[in-house]
Amino acid sequence: MLSLTPDWPWVTVVLLGAFHGINPAMGWLFAVGLGLQEGRRSAVLAALVPLGLGHAVSVGAVILALDAARLAVAPGVLRIVAAAALIGFGLFRLIRPWAHPRWVGMQVGFRDLTLWSFLMSSAHGAGLMLAPVVLGLPSHHGEVHRGSFAGGLALLGLHTLAMFAVMGLVAVVVYQVLGLGLLRRAWVNLDLLWAVALLLAGVATLWMG
Amino acid sequence: MVSSAPTILPDPTFYPSPSQAVKAPPETLAYVVTVDPTRTRPDALVVVDLDSKSDSYGETVGRVDMLHPGDELHHFGWNACSSALCPANPHPHMERRYLIVPGLRSSRIYIIDTKPDPAKPKIVKVIEPEEVARKSGYTRPHTIHCGPEGIYVTALGSADGTGPGGVFLMDHTTFDIIGPWEKDRGPQYLAYDAWWHLTQDIMLTSEWGTPDLVENGLVPEALMAKKYGRQMHVWDLRRRKHLQALPVGEDDQMVLELRPAHDPRKSYGFVGVVISLKDLSASVWLWNRTNGSWGIQKVIEIPAEPADPELLPPALKPFKAVPPLVSDIDLSVDDRFLYVACWGTGELRQYDVTDPFKPRQTGSVHLGGIVRRTAHSKSGPLNGGPQMVEVSRDGRRVYFTNSLYVPWDEQFYPEGLKGWMVKLNAKPEGGMAPDPDFFLEFSGERPHQVRLQGGDASSDSYCFP
Repeated sequence: MLSLTPDWPWVTVVLLGAFHGINPAMGWLFAVGLGLQEGRRSAVLAALVPLGLGHAVSVGAVILALDAARLAVAPGVLRIVAAAALIGFGLFRLIRPWAHPRWVGMQVGFRDLTLWSFLMSSAHGAGLMLAPVVLGLPSHHGEVHRGSFAGGLALLGLHTLAMFAVMGLVAVVVYQVLGLGLLRRAWVNLDLLWAVALLLAGVATLWMG
Repeated sequence: MVSSAPTILPDPTFYPSPSQAVKAPPETLAYVVTVDPTRTRPDALVVVDLDSKSDSYGETVGRVDMLHPGDELHHFGWNACSSALCPANPHPHMERRYLIVPGLRSSRIYIIDTKPDPAKPKIVKVIEPEEVARKSGYTRPHTIHCGPEGIYVTALGSADGTGPGGVFLMDHTTFDIIGPWEKDRGPQYLAYDAWWHLTQDIMLTSEWGTPDLVENGLVPEALMAKKYGRQMHVWDLRRRKHLQALPVGEDDQMVLELRPAHDPRKSYGFVGVVISLKDLSASVWLWNRTNGSWGIQKVIEIPAEPADPELLPPALKPFKAVPPLVSDIDLSVDDRFLYVACWGTGELRQYDVTDPFKPRQTGSVHLGGIVRRTAHSKSGPLNGGPQMVEVSRDGRRVYFTNSLYVPWDEQFYPEGLKGWMVKLNAKPEGGMAPDPDFFLEFSGERPHQVRLQGGDASSDSYCFP
């Protein structure tokens, strides 16, 4: 159903990248906070790199794990495992909406910010959300897994680029133009949407078979 | 689980910055704890109408009694506040809804729900003293602050009721006690208040005394032996590690309320010191950071007032003077005005602290006092004096009550302290005067801390300037 056109994986990862990037809890708000604390835009920009990197590592780890699993596990089994993980995680986010990483500290350097972003992305299941796309890449019984690995890398690159672009754009526009007053009116609770996205991804993964 | 479901938008009372919080609408209700000094009836949380257009303006419109007598309710705080918007740990879709109300004497903690009807709060959870001691490692819970990891609670005593006092954490959704906060307490032993410079990863704590030094009243021998708190502490908030002790003057004792600047870019704040053995004066000290190291200096000194010994309680007769006894201070959200409560002399002072190193007095209101007994326009002579002070977010209204802590009330106002609460109107450029229409008298009960609906000058921390 999902593989109606050959473009769908690329469109999907770009849209998911934008979805991850626009979430204040994924990084742009932290970048704005650091910029305001230091009173300079360069601090906003400097924070974006480790924030993007942490996200890429978190998502990349899931893509790599899925790719590796495809070599060893039958596609049907893998699909069911991935779907179960997605649905389980989505349900967890629905049932325990308050669960969030208890990170304390805003005196953060490059390494801290990368780690923070990695933790936030992982805790939100950002990489997992890409599972149906990764598993939907052409790879039949491991014979073209080299191609699939390259495909996975391309997905990761595209996703991170989209996430980085949206996160950076929002951070700079909020810092420079809009100000943080909009948080009070526009910070919609994305957690519910996020949980639904995980559940949908789980269903999509099953469906692909 | 006690907490309500997540909201779609952040609680409207959360503000990213102090400059936005000062534009908040005026508060219409106050929550005030009252103590039964006889310890025969339960203490209560009362709701006071602050809406000047209302028929019940300045009156009690709601009340919830605790479940046991003798808790000695004292300070309390919200489950969540503006710090929920902080970017490192955002959780903004919760409500400022539950009040965490500890009994300072009993070590019992009540969780009180202020919704759906804010004038009819209800107790929804009680954590018994044994559980507090077992899980937190502490007793005599005091200050409550909503912070990044959950709710931070200071406590005067250790689990066995001696020392050290310290800080413990509560989960801000289940209200379960997580455990002691400190990983390395260094030389810290006494506890009282705690607050922070949130974006700078700095925690601050202050010192009153262990339970044996406070629960039966001020112990004169301990005071002469300088056993009460004489320093404040700077901590690494992230690593939970003691960094520096900041001692006040050689003769100063009881380092109480900590009021850091609300602007997260500033690295200073004020702390009140109750008494100096040298001359019974009280003082306010400024802590600040220069070149990475923290320092402290006296910026305000308030002298004792000479008095006829005939008019003094037994403990003070030999000194022939009334000590100011600065028990609470409060800093306006815009960091411009500092309010200093002199519980002994019966005066509330207002200082312009635009230059924090050089406070300039801009206002004074007398009410009560050990000797003065200054009356309100709606009352006869008053006893007690300005004690817990709360300032509205816009800085235009100041509320205070007159009771300190029952055993200490008895020493300084031995005739029996009569509880009251007043409101002052503050001018934007400085200066203040009592609202002639607001005088709330309590019958038999003594009011302590005031919390304003939606937040106030001592409830919220901000991560953005």
